[in-house]
Amino acid sequence: MSFQPHTFSFNESDGAGASTLDVSLGPQHPSTHGVFRMNVRMDGETIVKLQPVFGYLHRNHEKLAESHSWLGTMPYTDRLDYICPITNNWAYAVAVEKLAGIEVPERAEYIRVIVGELTRLQNHTAFLGFILGDMGAWGSALMYAFREREKILDLFEWLTGARMMVNYMRFGGVRCDLPVGWLEKARAYVETYPAFLDEMEQLLTGNEILLARLQGVGVLSGERAINGGLSGPVLRASGIDYDIRKVDGYGVYPRLNFRIPRGTKGDCFDRFMLRILEARESIKILRQAFAQIPEGPTLNPAVKQRGFKPPVGEAYGRIEGPKGELGFHLISEGGEKPYRIHIRPPSLINLTLLEEMCLGTKLADVMVILGSIDIVLGEVDR
Amino acid sequence: MNFLENLPLATKKFILDLVEWVCGWFCSKLGIQLPGWVMPALLTLVSILIVIVALIAVFMVMFALMSVFERKILARMQNRYGPNRVGFFRWRLCGLFQPVADGIKMLTKEDIVPRGADKIVHFLAPIVMVAPALILPVILPYGRGMVPIELSSGILFFFALGAGTELAVFMAGWSSNNKYSVMGAMRAIAQMISYELPLVMSAVVVALVAGTLSPNGIVEAQGGLSFGFLPNWFVFTPWGFVACLLFYIGALAESNRSPFDLPEGESELVAGHLTEYSGFKYAIFFMAEYVGMFAINGLLVTLFLGGYQAPFAFLDFIPSWCWFFGKLAFLAFTMVWVRATMPRFRIDQMMQFAWKLMLPMSFAALISAATWYYTGRGLLGWALSILIVGVPYLILGYFCFTRRHTADNRRYLFSE
Amino acid sequence: MMNFPGSGILKGMVVTARNMIGSYFDRAHAKRLITEQYPEERPTLPEASRSFPFLVFDGQDPEAGMRCVACKICEKECPPQCIFIEQDRDANGKLLRRPKIFDIDISVCMGCQICVESCPFESIRMDNIYEMSSCDRFGSLVIHKGQLLKSNEYYRSINPTEAAETDARIEAARIKKAAAAKVAAEKVAAARAAAAAKAAAEQAAQPPSEPEQPAP
Repeated sequence: MSFQPHTFSFNESDGAGASTLDVSLGPQHPSTHGVFRMNVRMDGETIVKLQPVFGYLHRNHEKLAESHSWLGTMPYTDRLDYICPITNNWAYAVAVEKLAGIEVPERAEYIRVIVGELTRLQNHTAFLGFILGDMGAWGSALMYAFREREKILDLFEWLTGARMMVNYMRFGGVRCDLPVGWLEKARAYVETYPAFLDEMEQLLTGNEILLARLQGVGVLSGERAINGGLSGPVLRASGIDYDIRKVDGYGVYPRLNFRIPRGTKGDCFDRFMLRILEARESIKILRQAFAQIPEGPTLNPAVKQRGFKPPVGEAYGRIEGPKGELGFHLISEGGEKPYRIHIRPPSLINLTLLEEMCLGTKLADVMVILGSIDIVLGEVDR
Repeated sequence: MNFLENLPLATKKFILDLVEWVCGWFCSKLGIQLPGWVMPALLTLVSILIVIVALIAVFMVMFALMSVFERKILARMQNRYGPNRVGFFRWRLCGLFQPVADGIKMLTKEDIVPRGADKIVHFLAPIVMVAPALILPVILPYGRGMVPIELSSGILFFFALGAGTELAVFMAGWSSNNKYSVMGAMRAIAQMISYELPLVMSAVVVALVAGTLSPNGIVEAQGGLSFGFLPNWFVFTPWGFVACLLFYIGALAESNRSPFDLPEGESELVAGHLTEYSGFKYAIFFMAEYVGMFAINGLLVTLFLGGYQAPFAFLDFIPSWCWFFGKLAFLAFTMVWVRATMPRFRIDQMMQFAWKLMLPMSFAALISAATWYYTGRGLLGWALSILIVGVPYLILGYFCFTRRHTADNRRYLFSE
Repeated sequence: MMNFPGSGILKGMVVTARNMIGSYFDRAHAKRLITEQYPEERPTLPEASRSFPFLVFDGQDPEAGMRCVACKICEKECPPQCIFIEQDRDANGKLLRRPKIFDIDISVCMGCQICVESCPFESIRMDNIYEMSSCDRFGSLVIHKGQLLKSNEYYRSINPTEAAETDARIEAARIKKAAAAKVAAEKVAAARAAAAAKAAAEQAAQPPSEPEQPAP
């Protein structure tokens, strides 16, 4: 396989003309969610061709994993989608448990659901802030969103020791049990969260400028979304009813009662509203999990964490992360280190249809569309 | 408190008297007899200088304070402190010395001029921007008898000079030898020209009712109370309310402030027409924007908010210039408030808003004002003018916004 | 509430104004003004908060009370390989169960806590000091054994729950070991007594010309 840099640039025949302008919305840009570049050809204001260029944050996760033990890769998975580290850990743990056939105790499953849904809440909260920042709203919504997100991160710090790089899941359970008083504080927080969402909706959802900028922009039909392999809120906004929590039914989700919202038009506004609706559903899940969590062990005692040697084989484990389907494909040769780990990042797969969504729109809309897909470069580039 | 009310004029008179006394003392000491025309000319010159110095000093101080207060108010609306550390020696002074720090930073930065840039135009653009901006406040009445220059066509002068800023924006973009700057400058000009029209039309509405283009005359036409309790300010009439709102939105657009800051915000390209400016020239652009903002807010206060007049007679103990600056401060606060709340328009939406909603509304306000005036300002006039303004607003608002962009006509399906 | 065009914007402005006014009154509840003015106000970290590792010693003397035996398990398990251990040797060159060099490069360490989990001797734990920046680019971000050694009292002060659990485990292990040692000693003594009795019985059956075997 050879690397041919000339294939990364536009051909002159691709709709170039006297009035077109080639712009590189470069890696350093205030609104691209990380180091992400887009080569854009514009006819006046309208986009004629768009080519995403990424790889600026490539950190070799997959190759590094081949030189660490199975447990040693766990802290690295925190750094993939750094906004939601717990769900990354969870996906890896699910994949390894599938590979090795490990059972997880019930209390651990409930704890996983609680922290996973809290992660979903804080991701969607941060999304609300980011998309307003992309539209030039000078940071008010961002500050309110981060104010709420800090409270969730404080809960994580109390539980795991770190706000962001939590390293919390283990094969067959979670690393440590909930401290005394954590559940009450989390419950109290979840009761205050709907008030925050209501305040954000009052600030945002009726705002005419927001509506004018989000509605009708970046429409994606359901069929194209399925063809592109999209997942997560982007897919559900285009009207497809596919949520891995319902399809696979991993963990204790089959015991919990929640609905999956989906949109009808598939534009940026639907993706925006969908995340607010999903946050409300997460609150429901959390309340049920708080009520149902049993006592018991939090780690499967039969599993050796250090010196873990799964049997020879291959497994693909996936979960519904806040951004979409996060999957780990593991190949084991029976040794202490994996033979190969491949990460299926939702942000990368969701980005494959970026050009299609952006053709024909104005340049200012490209930022909004990119913001509504909600990518994290740590995941895209790995 | 007549003392406070007359303080500025009394100070000016004191300085003039002082100058006269000093000159007379010198002449008598040296034994020179001056011709008759020297003294009055000297006094006129000194009087002009006092006015200029006072205006520039006041507006520079207001600009400095505004830059720090904007950041602090924006911060408070975002649940955080603004700049609160820069002070004097060891006193923190709540960060009020931040403009000093910012000024020092701007002044000591290297002044970079791009290689292929048109040097003369590049140099002149900030000057063309700031000179009209500093002249604009000269026709506004700051208090009773405190108009720096009494012009009978003051409003016309204001708008004529205000158009100079648009030229400066294009000069800045063109001379930078940078295709993104030119694009940003073209957008800025399109925006500013489109929003000039509703702005001027709103001022015309007021001129129609007041019967004069002189700012002092317009302020005086807003004296007194109607129906016994409502101040006669034009903002409290239906057509005046609409015209005030249109003027305010036009003021936001003319000053390139949020939500109309597409020319200068981190628009999808670099910083628009100001990309290639650094250091002192950037500071001058910044200053011109703020002084222009104050000037146009001052005009709004004059036209619609009753100028230097107190709303009710019993509040007259507060001096008139305090009222003027208080209203100006309130308007500046609302501009910061608007900036904190709203995202930016897209350029084509901005244009649509100006031409399809604001211009027809300004015409409706004109007709409504005429109706109100010629039916004798009575209750019938009020009812008719409300109708003439309200109906187009609802129709246009429906067609421009509600039908196309509402959250209500969206359905979200849920599945178990 | 009438939904006239422009009402959404006004509702948004109400929210912003509410936040602004609230920020002047709510400081005690930290609802609308949440800034902590560092460095005058420092955040209260929860117990489990972790930044970089440190070595625990019992008692007063760091070198004598050090729990680390230089087994090098943490060095092997550390994912970014930031620990460097060299085992100590005594005057004759024999390996001792203590480290001579124990360096952690905190510019590499990611605070993942795997070394803590893998240590069988409860000797490495996570500290919560985060103000470790320095002006020297090359040497000062490698922490040596002397700086890493901190007392068990310190550990108890920063993380009482975990320290109590660790102490309980160590105590339980010590009791178990003492009990096992007692059982083993009793067994040895019983075996010795049996052997001595057997030897005495053999002695009684044998002629007395055999020299006495020395006592084992």
